[in-house]
Amino acid sequence: MPSCQTRSPAESAVDSVANLAGILLGGLSAGTVLFIVSVGLSVTMGLMGFVNLAHGAFAMFGGYVIVLAMNRAQFGFPVAIVLGFVATAALSIVLERTLYRRLYRAGELDQVLFTIGLVFIFIAGITIVVGPGSQTLQLPPALGGQLNLGFIQYRTYSIFLIVVGVAIVLGIWLAFERTRIGAEIRATVDNRRMAESLGIDVDRLFTITFAFGSGMAALGGGLGAEFLGLDPQYALKYLVYFLIAVSVGGLGSVVGVYCASLIIGVLDFVLTLYLPKGGTIFIYVLTILILLARPQGLFGRKGL
Amino acid sequence: MSVAMPSSGDASFAARIDNPAARALMRRHRVRWWEALPWAAALVFFFAFPDYLSFGNELLVVILFALSLDLALGYAGIITLGHAAFFGAGAYTVGMLAFYGVWSEPITSLAIAAAAAGAVGMLSGLVLLRTSGLTLLMLTLCTQALLEEAANMGHDWTGGFDGLLSLSFTPVFGLFEFNPLYPTTQYLLTLGVLFACFVFVRTLVYSPFGQSLTGIRENLLRMHAVGSPVRWRLVVCYAISAAIAGVAGGLWAQNNAYVNLSALDLDRAATVLIVLILGGYGRLYGAFIGAVVYMALEHFLAQIYPTAWQLGLGLLLVLIALFARNGILGLGDALWQRYRGSLPWRFRARRAAP
Amino acid sequence: MTEIRLETQALGRQFGALIAVADIDFRLAAGARHALIGPNGAGKTTFINLLTGVLRPSRGRVLLGGRDITGLPQAERVKLGIARTFQINRLFRGLSVLENVCIAITERLGAAGAMFYPAGRRTDIIDEAMQLLQTLKLAEAARHRVSELPYGRQRLVELAIAIALSPTVLLLDEPAAGVPSAESHIILDAIERLPENIAVLIIEHDMDVVFRFAKRVTVMVGGRLFAEGTPREIEANAQVREVYLGQSPMRAAHG
Repeated sequence: MPSCQTRSPAESAVDSVANLAGILLGGLSAGTVLFIVSVGLSVTMGLMGFVNLAHGAFAMFGGYVIVLAMNRAQFGFPVAIVLGFVATAALSIVLERTLYRRLYRAGELDQVLFTIGLVFIFIAGITIVVGPGSQTLQLPPALGGQLNLGFIQYRTYSIFLIVVGVAIVLGIWLAFERTRIGAEIRATVDNRRMAESLGIDVDRLFTITFAFGSGMAALGGGLGAEFLGLDPQYALKYLVYFLIAVSVGGLGSVVGVYCASLIIGVLDFVLTLYLPKGGTIFIYVLTILILLARPQGLFGRKGL
Repeated sequence: MSVAMPSSGDASFAARIDNPAARALMRRHRVRWWEALPWAAALVFFFAFPDYLSFGNELLVVILFALSLDLALGYAGIITLGHAAFFGAGAYTVGMLAFYGVWSEPITSLAIAAAAAGAVGMLSGLVLLRTSGLTLLMLTLCTQALLEEAANMGHDWTGGFDGLLSLSFTPVFGLFEFNPLYPTTQYLLTLGVLFACFVFVRTLVYSPFGQSLTGIRENLLRMHAVGSPVRWRLVVCYAISAAIAGVAGGLWAQNNAYVNLSALDLDRAATVLIVLILGGYGRLYGAFIGAVVYMALEHFLAQIYPTAWQLGLGLLLVLIALFARNGILGLGDALWQRYRGSLPWRFRARRAAP
Repeated sequence: MTEIRLETQALGRQFGALIAVADIDFRLAAGARHALIGPNGAGKTTFINLLTGVLRPSRGRVLLGGRDITGLPQAERVKLGIARTFQINRLFRGLSVLENVCIAITERLGAAGAMFYPAGRRTDIIDEAMQLLQTLKLAEAARHRVSELPYGRQRLVELAIAIALSPTVLLLDEPAAGVPSAESHIILDAIERLPENIAVLIIEHDMDVVFRFAKRVTVMVGGRLFAEGTPREIEANAQVREVYLGQSPMRAAHG
């Protein structure tokens, strides 16, 4: 810790950089969590045009699976992650095939009602099965502690998150650009009728994308548990943030939701530090301004 | 506004007007006998259940709030999860005026609340109603969240999370005092205000303005193509809806003698939406039925098993979205259609899913 | 020289690199019965959208009765007297036929903003609507919901709404499109009986319809004006025939 005596300009500068870097890293890791949860929502909404307010509930469900797998069943971190992803994806496939499917052609209001109803069911279900308290994620020792980055020491876990986020966005982007299914998704987002008439099995695409998106949400719920917390209200508490990330980023745009999430993460981090009471108002104002100027979001192409 | 005299010869005019379609249109706004029932029931409740008047108060406020949402959602087709913004605007207007001793006459306070909330509605409508669909939904959510945060930030004036307590109001008409233990004055005031607002909304719905709102909802592009200033109509409707929501908020503040952030939160907005959908939107009386059913269920179930109430509510919503999107009144229509043939003229079928 | 009701000068519209319509100098005379024909994708509907204000032009002007209306939005052009029907019906399907027409008349009269009396009291509007429906032989259908009517009659309601706006210029986008041939005569009869002082422009593919109504025909190809003349002249025009090669043959030996 620096002493109270005068410090050289160089030391102060290094300190400020370190401060800045610390804030930046904190915001980026928060934003990454937001991204990992929201990316599935962005893709499914861009692809299916379906207002899925229950997305946060899937994140919550997956988070619970991961955390409970580690805490109660003593599974290792990687195993728990995979378990969370798979379990949530499987659940979402079941729900998609039986229920969501019936509402694809329904109006926005019905979709809103249905998914809010699902959220309530999830929340009540988790409260009944697990209990109303919040769960904590025990970080594996490898990810605990601090990492020395040269000019700053920062929490290993936060760095880990940022790296994972970059890997995911690159991975998804590559999948979209290089794989066949990615091409099919892009085509369907662009023009669904055309895609259907080209022989693309749009129904199967929906299911796969929905499953993947929910799995990613689960991942985000679990990975972000120690930062966002995990309790039965999770599904509703952060819903507005997920929706903001998706709509500001632009539906169907992975790059868009990534940028929007990082911006929100950094902004929120900064605001919590310097304007703890009600700083989030700026996020809302910014969202309103952006959506008014560009209703389709920063990277969105067609109208919502 | 006088009605123009018939043009061509009286005989042919009379013959044309005699057409069943014309007669139906001319009669549609007439008051039917059963429309007196809700008010009679409310008065009976007043005399029969004097110990439950605060519950009755709450119910009446929810009805008014849901009625305001019906204007926006059911008649203008604006899907909003942010209507609590206006409820809260009205509540805080009344609350702050009373708390700081600026103005505490109840009826005029409500008028001021309506003006304040209406202004917020007009302003946000002008800006937001340029968008539609998910963007609009997001913007209504953000506006509401913004107001909530602002109220939180301004905790020096608004009391922040705890709110403003122990509000006191001058007696109604100088005669009838507010008594927190026996809310008879509050109940009758709320009922009176609800009645006045309902008459206003009902008139609006059957007016040419209301007809144009129906047209906008039925086919937006066609309304543009008949020269209708669509956006302006929607903004005005939204502003009126906001004003009435503000009155509901003001009544809520008066009835509870406090106001806090819960007036502005997502929970309140979601609840009023559920109430309206449950009863049936676009039907005027859906607000009444939805509120009664919802509050009765909540009163009995939530006290006993709060988690089960949430589970049940979730299931109910899922079922409504899948099978009964027009709510209880919609189900009533369906039953009527099944057993009595076609619907009576005045009940319009909901537009089928787009 | 007859008065020109609607005119465009060098009107053009492009979407990015795609030029939908270019360099259109078009005149519609008062009382005209004018047909606009051309192969699919020629830009006919885009042109109508430019005339009505649904689209803003990339260049050029639109003039109504000599007045420049290029900057006016659709609703204002309607108030100035331009009405249109759409190729696919745009009706208030859940409302009665009578109410569909009443809404149009109410807007025209500027009475649709009134909030404090019931619409049912405007018997003048209801009366005018009934008169119009009687003229179009839709009176028995007045009380039915539009969604209950057969498609041909729905198309007639589409026409009724446009006429109810008391336009000076009426733009009909394939008025008989999608109507089964057994019913198409009701549309065509109604068009025939349109008041003489209205300038009518019809987009059509069916040459029978063109020959029945049009006094002048304009051919549009690739977004540009290709030819203009009387129906006889167009029929005899070899270049027009070429353009339509592969389409159904033009009316053979028309008397």
